[in-house]
Amino acid sequence: MILIWTALAVAIGVPVALAATSEQLAWRGPVYILAGFAGIIALGLVLVQPLLIGGYLPGLSAYRGRRVHHWIGGALALAVAIHVAGLWITSPPDMIDALTYASPTPFSPFGVTAMWAIFVVALLALLRRRLGLRLRTWRIVHIPLAIVIVVGSVVHCLLIEGTMETVSKAVLCAAVLAATIKVMVDLQVWRKRRTLRGESVARQRAVDL
Amino acid sequence: MTTVVFNRRHLLAAGGSVLATGVLASGLSGLLLPARAAGLAPTETMSGGANNYRKGAAIVERIGKGGFWMSGTVRRAGDGTPLAGQRIQIWAHTVEGQEHEPQSHGATLTDKDGKFRLEMPQIIPIFGQPHGHLAYDSGEFKTVFLRPVMRSAKETSLEAHFVLQPA
Repeated sequence: MILIWTALAVAIGVPVALAATSEQLAWRGPVYILAGFAGIIALGLVLVQPLLIGGYLPGLSAYRGRRVHHWIGGALALAVAIHVAGLWITSPPDMIDALTYASPTPFSPFGVTAMWAIFVVALLALLRRRLGLRLRTWRIVHIPLAIVIVVGSVVHCLLIEGTMETVSKAVLCAAVLAATIKVMVDLQVWRKRRTLRGESVARQRAVDL
Repeated sequence: MTTVVFNRRHLLAAGGSVLATGVLASGLSGLLLPARAAGLAPTETMSGGANNYRKGAAIVERIGKGGFWMSGTVRRAGDGTPLAGQRIQIWAHTVEGQEHEPQSHGATLTDKDGKFRLEMPQIIPIFGQPHGHLAYDSGEFKTVFLRPVMRSAKETSLEAHFVLQPA
């Protein structure tokens, strides 16, 4: 039990701590520094999300795990908003280029796409009851967007030359990918979707009959 | 004292031979070197090149305390003639300031070979890439903004080359 929590703390804590010792910080203003760390924290939160849904964090019941997943999702959206706002204040033209997919930096479109996916998931999660989205529909929306968020965030982060130390950054990214793949396999998202399709076909047949 | 007598026949003959050699020479070189016939293509403005640009940066001996070299060439599109006395503006996020700050900007002129070289503070990564900005915007030629990226943040020099076309 302690082992898993320790591993999680190390996977997120070490990259944050090493980034805090980066010599790059000396040449940056406080807003830029805040924006950078908001981005690192956001990546850490992306690691926590699949662990919560997969029930891999001991001590959290399935119900509590899902509740925490909701709150972490909100925190992730907030961290991304701080990341983008801070970068906008630091250099408005560079941020506008990124948001309009006109940036010369190859990592920007990955980050911006992941950002929109995070905002869409957060918004739909907030409105899910009001929109009357069933769990089945919600999953069909959330799972592909979760993949977009994970892949987008990881590529975005790996291509950036910034305050993060290379090895700890790569380990955190690998952990995010591994946790996501594991939860997808364990929950058999593929098979469930196939079953869903089978069910809807069956229902359609019943209607036809 | 010699008197040079021009008559109509001489003029016609001379003119004809000039025309003939001219046409032949250009025709032949065009045939032999088709790539050259197209000429040197002008440099396109790079995306993001104009970001944090400040109009009219002063010509300086050096930006800040120096330690890093930005260099390059300025040539004319088509024939590639080096352009002397062209004003090139340079700015970047360095150890002495952010991109938008006035002390991060400076300008220099090309020498008779169309080369420029300006010492500036060490460039550091900003927005995920260690890069510099350069501009030609004096009006005689079409304005061009460049944004070269350093292969490593540890490098202490960076090059950028301009091929300008008439405005």
